[in-house]
Amino acid sequence: MASGELTSGEYIKHHLQNLTFGKFPDGHWGFAHTSQEAADMGFMAIHVDTLGFSFVLGALFLFLFARAAKKASIEAPSGFQNFVESVIDFIDENVRGSFNGKNPLVAPLALTTFIWIFLMNTMDLVPVDWLPVLFAAMGVEYLKVVPTTDPNATFGMSIGIFILILYYSVKEKGLGGFVGELTLHPFGKWMMPANLFLEGVNLLAKPVSLALRLFGNMYAGEMIFILIALLPFWIQWSLSLPWAIFHILIVLLQAFIFMTLVIVYMDMAHQKEH
Amino acid sequence: MNINLTLIGQTIMFAMFVWFCMKFIWPPLVEAMAARKKAIEDGLKAAELGKEEHALAQKNAEELIESSKTQAAEIIANADKQASVMIDNAKGAASEEADKIKAQAKSELDQEVAKARNELRSQVSTLVMQGVNSVLDKEVDSKTHKDMLSKLSQSL
Repeated sequence: MASGELTSGEYIKHHLQNLTFGKFPDGHWGFAHTSQEAADMGFMAIHVDTLGFSFVLGALFLFLFARAAKKASIEAPSGFQNFVESVIDFIDENVRGSFNGKNPLVAPLALTTFIWIFLMNTMDLVPVDWLPVLFAAMGVEYLKVVPTTDPNATFGMSIGIFILILYYSVKEKGLGGFVGELTLHPFGKWMMPANLFLEGVNLLAKPVSLALRLFGNMYAGEMIFILIALLPFWIQWSLSLPWAIFHILIVLLQAFIFMTLVIVYMDMAHQKEH
Repeated sequence: MNINLTLIGQTIMFAMFVWFCMKFIWPPLVEAMAARKKAIEDGLKAAELGKEEHALAQKNAEELIESSKTQAAEIIANADKQASVMIDNAKGAASEEADKIKAQAKSELDQEVAKARNELRSQVSTLVMQGVNSVLDKEVDSKTHKDMLSKLSQSL
């Protein structure tokens, strides 16, 4: 527990509150000191912890992989290069398996989503109180360590994917083709509104399901870690250890599912015949 | 759990990361892997080729050794033959030489004998002449009988 004075409810609430920097209703900018203040800021606020951790993790991934790419040796690959290459091979295999178009963006996109989400999810395995307490000692009031438990992060990514879906749909099929795909199926041209409704839901469900699936899984996992942390310290390991071990699977699985769906959606956007 | 500007920040960050990955990470790694694949394939091919060449070279070498062996045997046989011929020749030459030397020595000896005999003969004739001179003294004219005497000595 962060401090003995908190009730369980407050403890949980504290753990679920992002470090928010934003515009107060009275117009000045600053950090929110309570959840209520953060909520009052509305849209004009940023979650410093989400952006910070996701940036650090993404930069870590890019730095390590770029270094491996720069030093890539053909004759004598080092240990880390072997690891990177096996990851590349794995992604490449998945892209080849599901993506039939020709687009140099898809494989790097899949790699980035996979590793980045994996790293962000992995933050879940850091004991829930370590980083918040450490940062609290430096005067940071709130800290949510796992970026993927923030819907802003997951929706941010899925919106990026959604833009790519729209862009490549129009680019590959033409605007008419894309509109036709949305309006002429599945009932024929006399039922255009119904078609548009069904296809529109189908289209919008892609980014929404992508974001909510990842967010829901990680949020639930994080919540259970927080609940376990409420137990007396001498019994916590008996629950947190099995849950952490199980969570390793979820961490990897969610990253993989996200990546696979990104590849599949990109493939659908590239398909000319529906 | 408020939706706010973080959403946009995250989207921008995502776009940047993907761009960076597409620009600096994916292509060089894939290229390196492809290059390695090619290098390995080439290496295996070269090894196969080398193996074949080696087998060929070994075969050639064996053939060469075989042929040189027979050649050497031939040379040795020839040399043996030549040597025996040379020995025979030498033997012949030596016996001829010996014969020649023997013949020469014999003829020299004969000459010596003839010479000695001639000398002896002339000495005997002189001796006879002296003896006859001393026996007959004046009655025999050495001049007139010299012919007869030399004939006599000649018949000895």
